[in-house]
Amino acid sequence: MAGGITFTAVESTKLAPAEIFGKTIAELGSSDPTIVCLSPDLATSTKMGDFLAKYPDRFFNVGIAEQNMIGIAAGMAKAGLKPFASCFSVFASLRALDQLHTDVCYQNVNVKIIATHGGTSFGQAGSTHHAIEDIGVVRTMVNLTVICPADGMETANAVRAAASTPGPFYIRINRGFDNVVYNSSDYGFEVGKAVEMVDGTDITLIACGSCVYQAMQAASILKFDHKLSARVLNMHTIKPIDREAVLKAVRETRKLVTIEDHTIVGGLGSAVAEVIVEGGKACLLRKLGIPDKWSPIGLHEDLLAHHEIDAEGIVKNVLEVMKQDIEKDEDWGDEV
Amino acid sequence: MTLSKQEWIDLEKKAAELRELCIETVNWAGSGHWGGSSSCADILTLLYYKYANFDPKNPTDPDRDRIVVSKGHVGIVLAPMFALLGLVKKEDLKTFNHTGSKLGIHLDSNKVVGLDSSTGSLGHGSSLGLGMALAGQILGKNYKTFVVLGDGECDEGSVWEAAMATAHFTKKKRGAGNLITIVDRNHNMIDGNTEDIMALEPFEDKWKAFGFETIVVNGHDIPALSDALEKAIAGGEKPYCIIADTVKGQGVSFSAGNYKWHYGALDEAKYNTAKADLAEYAKIRIARAEKEGK
Repeated sequence: MAGGITFTAVESTKLAPAEIFGKTIAELGSSDPTIVCLSPDLATSTKMGDFLAKYPDRFFNVGIAEQNMIGIAAGMAKAGLKPFASCFSVFASLRALDQLHTDVCYQNVNVKIIATHGGTSFGQAGSTHHAIEDIGVVRTMVNLTVICPADGMETANAVRAAASTPGPFYIRINRGFDNVVYNSSDYGFEVGKAVEMVDGTDITLIACGSCVYQAMQAASILKFDHKLSARVLNMHTIKPIDREAVLKAVRETRKLVTIEDHTIVGGLGSAVAEVIVEGGKACLLRKLGIPDKWSPIGLHEDLLAHHEIDAEGIVKNVLEVMKQDIEKDEDWGDEV
Repeated sequence: MTLSKQEWIDLEKKAAELRELCIETVNWAGSGHWGGSSSCADILTLLYYKYANFDPKNPTDPDRDRIVVSKGHVGIVLAPMFALLGLVKKEDLKTFNHTGSKLGIHLDSNKVVGLDSSTGSLGHGSSLGLGMALAGQILGKNYKTFVVLGDGECDEGSVWEAAMATAHFTKKKRGAGNLITIVDRNHNMIDGNTEDIMALEPFEDKWKAFGFETIVVNGHDIPALSDALEKAIAGGEKPYCIIADTVKGQGVSFSAGNYKWHYGALDEAKYNTAKADLAEYAKIRIARAEKEGK
């Protein structure tokens, strides 16, 4: 395993993804002296403490100034360093967007953004701190790889991939703990390749981030309570999206539901819809996420339920989709 | 004065050559940001020819000094600068702003070898330059980073985020003291005089309050600007900000001090006037160098 990272399943249940990021980057820092970390007064929240303790000369707290942080990171990358800059997703994607756009993505430099507190995971903080638009915004940035890991193990994999792959990355993780999806990081993580978590033939659930766990739970309920075979894809990489996996799902299940802790405008669901439409085969797609409304405040798990992106909500929506009619034959002439 | 008479004369000739090639490029392009280009032409001349450790034959040397022109809209003087350095083909200047050209209003550092950063969205260069300066210390390099700001650009809050951090990381001895900020204080922005649109004064006090050592100097006076740069390069406890007092559209009668020449097009008569004015302006400056140089 690269960088000698040896998290166990037990550790991964005890550590939040941000903490796993913190440990991963501290490990990677020992073998790669070009790795530096930047934080806008969030070293504690974004769990960069281990790196700071080990490499104080390669850590920069820039104060509450996200724009400056991303600009500095781009300048460092131009000079040959590999900066990991971490802050809340809402500020990485919106406050510092101009710097992300021009300094990082246009110049195509080696800046890695660890965007924490993704989606509604900082639920009680309200809409000023919910990041429900970030994926939609950042996936329009040229050169940027966008990853939304399902849990801590996948966060470690994404961080390692970012460290070993040239170019800008945006890795979106949650605040606090996520339900564990992977017991080991050894499951064949590859940037741009969806992971089939559950095979299925009736419908495909495509999820990212904490919604992967919810989709897997939903698949179990659908299997045992409703005799439905739901495929679950972990679409951890939003950009570049795994077109092959999406089109395979269209071909084989013809009904799809996307699930994301993000507005249904512009995020995973939209990315999947783009692939489907260009694929030329009709299918049913329902996008689950936060509707085009501000989310209420609340605990993350309560908000997942409120937005029907928890297991129960997904099951409810899948049952509705299964009742919808869809053309079964391959003769599309009558629909044109 | 730190410059010898011959150096001064040579630099005057270089600055004149740069302004002349800039006005030619404006003509080829059809229009351009002549005002802010002319105002910073002497600053760029001193940086690229004299004070930055930058070898055009080895433009990506990791040990080179960095130059970030944060007022990125002056590609029309930067591209001629790179042409004079031999890093851009002079023929390519004739395509400036043309469809498909690698040279446009804001230069792309992925297309112009030796250009340290793409800029264009104002207020970014100070952060980029600070990142380069901080990186230098981590990488064990001793290079300097020069950031050229526009004065109107200093309306952007991000300039001051970076200024605060530059002073902070200088005090913390993290390498930020190797960053030298030069403001092209040409007093004008697109819509008018800076003091009418959004007052910057007391401008020097602002930089001082942010923790900078400041030098206010005539940005078209080669020996004075040289002395300022030498002092800033020598460094000190605080980071340096040189406020170069300049004239927008300098050297051409109809554009000098005229905010409307932020961006403009030349007709044949204006082109001819500009050429004649620049030749006369250069003559006066070289004569002064010959008279006052030592």
